[in-house]
Amino acid sequence: MANKYTSLLTKPINLENPITVQVLGICSSLAVTVQMKPALVMGVSVMIVTAFSNAIISSLRNTIPNRIRIIVQLVVVAALVIIVDQILKAYVYDVSKQLSVFVGLIITNCILMGRLEAFAMSNKPWPSFIDGIGNGLGYTLILAIISFTRELLGSGTIWGYKVIPPVFYQLGYENNGLMILPPMALIIIGIIIWIQRSRNKQLIEN
Amino acid sequence: MNTEKNSYIFIYSTIMVVVIAAALTYVSQSLKEPQENNIRIEKMQNILASVNIVSTPKNAEEIYKKFITSSLVVNSKGEKIENAIAFDINLADELKKEKIEERLFPVYICTPNEGDSLQLYIVPLRGKGLWGPIWGYMSFQPDFNTIAGCVFDHKGETPGLGAEINTAVFQKQFFGKQIFDTVNKFTSVGIMKGGAKDDDIHAVDAISGGTITSKGLEAMVKDCLSSYQEYFSKNKAQKL
Repeated sequence: MANKYTSLLTKPINLENPITVQVLGICSSLAVTVQMKPALVMGVSVMIVTAFSNAIISSLRNTIPNRIRIIVQLVVVAALVIIVDQILKAYVYDVSKQLSVFVGLIITNCILMGRLEAFAMSNKPWPSFIDGIGNGLGYTLILAIISFTRELLGSGTIWGYKVIPPVFYQLGYENNGLMILPPMALIIIGIIIWIQRSRNKQLIEN
Repeated sequence: MNTEKNSYIFIYSTIMVVVIAAALTYVSQSLKEPQENNIRIEKMQNILASVNIVSTPKNAEEIYKKFITSSLVVNSKGEKIENAIAFDINLADELKKEKIEERLFPVYICTPNEGDSLQLYIVPLRGKGLWGPIWGYMSFQPDFNTIAGCVFDHKGETPGLGAEINTAVFQKQFFGKQIFDTVNKFTSVGIMKGGAKDDDIHAVDAISGGTITSKGLEAMVKDCLSSYQEYFSKNKAQKL
């Protein structure tokens, strides 16, 4: 049994990664990855919401009428996100300010609906919860890689700290402004997918 | 049980909506107090930051009481309005009022050194960025012309681009700039794409990649300060 849970947790990090393999949640990974800090906070928030909405929908799965299941899922996700937002605003105001509009964006994150449909509707609450955590981790990992690259090359900082020595700038090095714009995030995702597929042959479609 | 019957679906969705609405109302009501307190403390911190006083959420209230010694409310003609509390005025609501004469504008007065007669005058700003509102506070030397400090913040400008308006590097540019020219005409502070000239005391550099936010900020500074123009001019004349 324990083995099964571990694979639920680790598979989404590589072979079933929500961004690079399932191709879910691309939009937010372009929007929030200019700097590392908001990217990671977003990743963690998505992980929490995915885990809990997975668990809730999974425990309701036998009662949900099939014809309105998407609406029910959406209502649960939206309610959870609003509650998380309200709690953040009341107790960790600084973090809530950091996240600002991104909290609302969690609702529209395709990973949530994707996992609810693909996993939570046909599995028990506890595995669903783990699946949510796993997918959140996979999402966070990709966000971290993209935001690391974009922040380093685009602003010369990591986590807000300057890491490129001033000497480089004197020698003519310049931050790449293109990195800050969303299209570069798409190209970085493309490169990540390329590297991942070249190392894992089973991911290549015929 | 047949979960596909229409009656079941109706009952199911009704219960779901009622339960979730009740839960959200409860959460929102029970967290209202700490949320409003956070907003109040943030406002105090912003006002203090505009006169370059650093505070933490914990000590903001105390420091605010110590340094912000008085406040007043003026209208667009520069007349003082009695019986109005500056701190309770929400600039966003005031700017929504159609008649400019009805709008009220708060002024906070800071005494940075205890026992000293030097006073700084702080005014709030509010405008539009690229994605949402931007706001801030700006403080002036007793000549009602030279900027002593400023702080800007935003709701959701792009990180790394427009969001740079809340960094110290950007805000420091405003220090010492002047909003009236040599013949006392209101000029505001321009935000120049491509960089301001070094000796220009009425302009600062814009943010590269953040053109719309920079333009919004420029308009915000100009519009909000122009509401105080009369009040500033009157006080300038008195001092001269």
